[in-house]
Amino acid sequence: MTYRGLTAELITINGDGGDPISAYVARPTGDGPFPGVVLIHHLPGWSEWYIEATRRFAHHGYIAICHNLYERNGLGDPDDVAAKVRAEGGVPDAQVVGDTEAAVKWMRGQANHNGKVGLIGSCSGGRHAFIYACQKQDIDACVELWGGRVVMPAEDLNDKTPTAPIDMTAGLSCPLLGIFGNEDRAPSPEQVDQHEAELEKHGKDYAFHRYDDAGHGFFYYHRPMYRVDQALDGWAKTFAFFGKHLG
Amino acid sequence: MCTSIVEIAAAEGKAKGGAEWFDVNRAVVSYDHARHALLDDAITIDFINTELEAGARAAVELTLDSAKALQAALAAAIAEADEEEAERAAAIEAMRLAKVAAA
Repeated sequence: MTYRGLTAELITINGDGGDPISAYVARPTGDGPFPGVVLIHHLPGWSEWYIEATRRFAHHGYIAICHNLYERNGLGDPDDVAAKVRAEGGVPDAQVVGDTEAAVKWMRGQANHNGKVGLIGSCSGGRHAFIYACQKQDIDACVELWGGRVVMPAEDLNDKTPTAPIDMTAGLSCPLLGIFGNEDRAPSPEQVDQHEAELEKHGKDYAFHRYDDAGHGFFYYHRPMYRVDQALDGWAKTFAFFGKHLG
Repeated sequence: MCTSIVEIAAAEGKAKGGAEWFDVNRAVVSYDHARHALLDDAITIDFINTELEAGARAAVELTLDSAKALQAALAAAIAEADEEEAERAAAIEAMRLAKVAAA
C-alpha cells in the first residue's frame, strides 16, 4: 500500500467584484494531470471540517480548493465570523456564485489540471453548489449534501436570496449527486421529493441517495449528528460519482 | 439542521467575551447547528457589536429546554425590574413635588 503525498497552502483569489478572498488549496504530489474539486463551505463557516475535507480530496488524487465565503465579514475564529454573518442575514447568493466562479477559474488555470472540475457543498454549501450548477456551465459534476432551502416559500425570498434554487432547475448544466438524511427537516423528505420531481420534470442527469437513521450533517464526525455507516457509504458514492465524471 | 431560525434585537450594554468587556449593539438568537455543545441543534445567543471585529462576541449554546427556562427567568426578572423602576420613578416624583411645595 502506497499513500499519496500532498501539499497544502493558503492562497488569495479575486472573488466576486474583484474582492480578494482567501482559499485553502490542497494538491496531490506528482505530475498529474489531476481532476479538480471546488468545495463550498456551509453555514458554520470556513471551518476545520472543510479544511480537512479539502485535504481529503487531495489524498484521493484531486486538486482541491475551498474558498472563504465569509472573508468580507471579518477575520478570526471561523465560528465568530459565522456568528457575524448570521447577525447580518447571511451572504448574497450572487456573491457566492461570483466567489465560486473565481475558484473554478483558478482550478482551470492550474498547469497539472486535467480539465474536469467538480463542485461539492453541504448544508447551505449544498444549496449554493446547486445554484452554481444551474447558473454556470463551467463545472462537470455537482454533489449536493443535504442542501436546505432549495425549496423556499415566497416569504423567505429577499435581496440576498431573490430566487428559490428549485426554480433554477431547468438550467442545471451537469450531472448532480444528492445525499440526504431522512430524519433531516432542512431539507425535509417532502422538500427532497419536490427537488427530485423538478429534476425529473426537466429530464436532468441526477442520482439522489437518502439515508434512514440519519438527519442533517451526518458526515460531520466532530458532531453528535455523525452517522458512521451512512457517512462511509455517502463518501464512497461521492468518490464514485466524481471518479466517473471527472476522471 | 439549517433552519434559518434567526431573530435579531438591538442591544445596549456590555458583554464579556474572553477576558474583556465590550460594548454590544445586537443580540442574535438562533436555533440551528450547535458548534460546540454536544447537541444536534441548539438555541445560540450571540451578543455582538456590528462595529467591532468578529471576535467581539459573547455566545452561549443552550438546549431548547434551557432556553425556555432562561426565557421564564428573564421574564420574571424584567417584571420585577419594571416594578422597581416604577416605584423609583414615583419616589423621585414625590420628592420633586415636596421640594416644589416647600419652596
